[in-house]
Amino acid sequence: MPVEPPVETPRDLPEAFRLLALAPRTPIAGGTDLMVRITGEIGSPPDQVLDLSRLDELRGIALAGGQLTVGALTTYAEIRRSGLVARSLPVLAEAAATVGAVQIQNRGTLGGNIANASPAGDTLPLLLALEAVIEVGGPRGERSIPADQFWIAYRTTALAPDELVLRVRIPLVEARQVRFRKVGTRRAQAISKVVLALAWEQADRKDRWGHVRLALGSVADRPIRARSTELYLEGSRATLETADGAAETVAAEIRPIDDVRSTADYRRQVTARILHRIIRDAGGW
Amino acid sequence: MTAIRFLVNGAPVELEAPGMRRLLDVLREDLGLTGTKEGCGEGECGACSVILDGEVVVSCLVPACQVDGRIIRTVEGLAARTPDGRILDDLQAAFLATGGAQCGMCTPGMLLSARVYLDAGGGPDEDAIREAIAGNLCRCTGYTKIIEAIALAAETGRRPAGA
Ligand SMILES: Cc1cc2nc3c(=O)[nH]c(=O)nc-3n(C[C@H](O)[C@H](O)[C@H](O)COP(=O)(O)OP(=O)(O)OC[C@H]3O[C@@H](n4cnc5c(N)ncnc54)[C@H](O)[C@@H]3O)c2cc1C
Ligand code: FES
Ligand code: FES
Repeated sequence: MPVEPPVETPRDLPEAFRLLALAPRTPIAGGTDLMVRITGEIGSPPDQVLDLSRLDELRGIALAGGQLTVGALTTYAEIRRSGLVARSLPVLAEAAATVGAVQIQNRGTLGGNIANASPAGDTLPLLLALEAVIEVGGPRGERSIPADQFWIAYRTTALAPDELVLRVRIPLVEARQVRFRKVGTRRAQAISKVVLALAWEQADRKDRWGHVRLALGSVADRPIRARSTELYLEGSRATLETADGAAETVAAEIRPIDDVRSTADYRRQVTARILHRIIRDAGGW
Repeated sequence: MTAIRFLVNGAPVELEAPGMRRLLDVLREDLGLTGTKEGCGEGECGACSVILDGEVVVSCLVPACQVDGRIIRTVEGLAARTPDGRILDDLQAAFLATGGAQCGMCTPGMLLSARVYLDAGGGPDEDAIREAIAGNLCRCTGYTKIIEAIALAAETGRRPAGA
């Protein structure tokens, strides 16, 4: 039988922070990761739970100052439906559409994906490639953590035990191109074997690539940036030679593992091929 | 224990339950609404699907504290109640007509996912139907007859919701 730990439902953020200052509590947002744990079959269930669902301050999507701000409680379904996302950052809706099936998209939140810190969390490589900033807060106030400093070890984040993810800020860049690819066993409800997000800046198709950011999921103990491959691609053009070299570089750079979902060798080859393909498509050859 | 109030199939419900009790258990154990099934208990199979404020969710992953003040529809609420008894929803009738149910374990969840799909204006297109029920697993039918049933209901048109 599932355990039913005590839960409190604060009505606003100050109340949530007061509760967090009193004793450690495990937050619940959409519950699509946390509720699986209350059966006690996967890891130990939480002792005390903090229900975030009434914290309306953490909902919604806004555009201001050249940045897209997404509240931690925003669901995948809301991201998919958002006109703002469709106009300013459609790749975010593309990524949201690959998570679970409808039932999971209606409940699962972006903040939950971030805090859960699974190496296979689908939005995390995208947030890394977009150089998102994760805003967190707790009894001692708010602070901003760049995405590449957020997932610090296997299933471990830079959050203090009394801190919450509040929102994500994503800078919008005029000439930026972004690509997102997820490889799983089937279209719906599949945990990723490989997730890849690539961003670069390029004013014109013939221009050289600048500010290249390549991030990967499911190939390490946490979502990672592939920095050697980024360096390789920086200043290059989308030619066959570039694609071959980048594919080789990324295959040498990552150290995936064998597990129940896939093998290290498969992950390395697929990552290299996806990258090759994206560069080919970008070059139009 | 928390006092939790919500509407189920149009009827107000009030009960004392632990806030982290699964909505699935509230429905089946506390309210005796056993039409909602438990398959995996992990969000994967969709057998426990219900409609929460118009959206399909898996009730094994929803804690009771999050349904306070909200509107829930279960498979029991699909058929319309009339003085002469119950009239099946178009979808239920279509599942009967095509043989879309075998053991029936997945059927309540399939019906509710399909209901939301049709209510949102979904049509008989097979790919769209497949996407709408991608979170509902069936071990018996091979899906073909389920998809036929939903397409049939989409074509026969909809009658106003029963609840
Ligand atoms: C069937 C199924 C399919 C799935 N498919 C995918 C998939 O394809 N891709 C994918 O990436 N994930 C998938 N998931 C995992 C899950 O749905 C996502 O990680 C989702 O984003 C979690 O969000 P949530 O709001 O439900 O999190 P919750 O379960 O509420 O919380 C997750 C964790 O984060 C913590 N937390 C939540 N919100 C906050 C916050 N604001 N501040 C601090 N801590 C917080 C919780 O304490 C908990 O540890 C799937 C899950 C299921 C059950
Ligand atoms: S029992 Fe809830 S999804 Fe399987
Ligand atoms: S009819 Fe048996 S699981 Fe679908």
